[in-house]
Amino acid sequence: MARSRYFAYQLAFTLLVCAFLIVPVCMSVMAGFTNNFFKGITSGFTLRWVFEVWDLYADTIFLSMGIALACLACTIVLGVPAAYVLAKRPGRITRMIEEFLVLPLAVPGLAIALALIISYGQIRGFRLSWTFILVGHVLYTLPFMIRAVLAVLSSTDFRTLEESAASLGATFWQRFFQIVVPNCRSGILAGSLMVVTLSIGEFNLTWMLHTPLTKTLPVGLADSYASMRLEIGSAYTFVFLVMLIPLLMALQIWGQPRAPRKAVAEDDAGVVAARRRESGSQAAR
Amino acid sequence: MNNRELHHLSILVLPSLTVFAAFFLLPMARLVTVAGSGDMGAYAYVAFLTTPRYLESLIATVVLSASVTVATLAISVVSGLFLERNRFAGRKILIALITFPLAFPGVVVGFMVIMLAGRQGLIGDITKVLAGDKLVFAYSMAGLFMGYVYFSIPRVVLTIMAAAEKLNPALEEAARSLGASPWLVVKDVILPGLKPALIASGAICFATAMGAFGTAFTLATDIDVLPMTIYTEFTLNANIAMAAALSIVLGLITWVALNAARSLAGSTVAAAG
Repeated sequence: MARSRYFAYQLAFTLLVCAFLIVPVCMSVMAGFTNNFFKGITSGFTLRWVFEVWDLYADTIFLSMGIALACLACTIVLGVPAAYVLAKRPGRITRMIEEFLVLPLAVPGLAIALALIISYGQIRGFRLSWTFILVGHVLYTLPFMIRAVLAVLSSTDFRTLEESAASLGATFWQRFFQIVVPNCRSGILAGSLMVVTLSIGEFNLTWMLHTPLTKTLPVGLADSYASMRLEIGSAYTFVFLVMLIPLLMALQIWGQPRAPRKAVAEDDAGVVAARRRESGSQAAR
Repeated sequence: MNNRELHHLSILVLPSLTVFAAFFLLPMARLVTVAGSGDMGAYAYVAFLTTPRYLESLIATVVLSASVTVATLAISVVSGLFLERNRFAGRKILIALITFPLAFPGVVVGFMVIMLAGRQGLIGDITKVLAGDKLVFAYSMAGLFMGYVYFSIPRVVLTIMAAAEKLNPALEEAARSLGASPWLVVKDVILPGLKPALIASGAICFATAMGAFGTAFTLATDIDVLPMTIYTEFTLNANIAMAAALSIVLGLITWVALNAARSLAGSTVAAAG
């Protein structure tokens, strides 16, 4: 009977942890639809705050979507070829390139943002446009795209495929676009979901890089928490969650680059991808 | 592997290296030189040791991050092991709920802390009913601690679950059949098996808490953690050299923490958020 007692304790503890994480989310959603949160739900249900959020902050939502898509395009164009090179030529130099490219993850966003402002802040046209934020997002999300694609490439035998194509007379570029890229689709999909999710929620860099005319969703959130009433902040948070949930669900389904071996349970996508890649390269040896 | 192919491969990797050099390496190098070009010159780098305000902020941030790491690991080991080891109705929903806040940015986490421990928060309401006194701690170091633990639990739980899945149950069976108590099994079999995952996720947790900005920014005002100090130096005091020096120090701390963990745990480790 001792075991069932342990089970009950652990279950109670885990439920408590779950409550700690979820109760504030529910409260926030509730507050977003309540006339007056201070008085409680009895003050009545309303959509007023959501409409107000739309009036005040719709532009931040569109800007965030735009930046996320632009960031996705950049990370695909930059990341997929880079990942291919890293997978094709494992060695000291490519290892070093990889270490370099993931460096922005080890440095706090605040420091990167400061560095960008110091270096490029004088170029007014650039500083004032949304592309300044885009640069920060690309730096921060590129490692996730590279790792996701690398994970897939390391677990597929793309070399044999390439060799057969080459023996049939395919040029390098034909091989790259018609063999390699289609074969890392699942990695590109997983990486894309990660990139979009991260870009939409990025704050550390964005707060420093934004201007009053280039506010993204998280910047708007910070703004509403600081200067608006609690109900508006709550309704805005709800809008953000509504955007996030489909992405999270898609990540659950397609977030793990498909590999022939048994999938490792997902933790941080980057960590998993790296681990998968390591196990993949061990198998190849 | 001929020269033509090498040529093609360099063309493929060149764009990302160019972007990286132009927007990361170069700016970082500028940051280092700017930090040394203020009134204090290169002494800006030691200013964080000699100026009490910076030193206090640095110590507070390290202490906060370390305690967040310890608390998060303790909570996540219990819940992660439980969720991995037991099959029961509602398990999947529980996992989905616990990992839901995974993608919350720091600002949203800050708002969640306000929901719990703010002026109109749940904890305040409960303590008012129970003790007659409203407990509000969202806007203090305790609130920040709560926020960082909130932020870290989902990712650490997932890492622990992934690691626990790979543990060999035969070892535990053996220990148990030799008469080890449940506590001894945890201490001598399970925890050592989880060690790489604990080190890796602990380092990520620590580095993220060191550099996080959004939560502190939302809870705001008078919490003096290093990222807030840097922000204040930069915006209010326009002391760009000092802000640069402090952010380099901060970057070095997180980088060292992540690398130390990687050499200890042997897997790639990266900060999130």
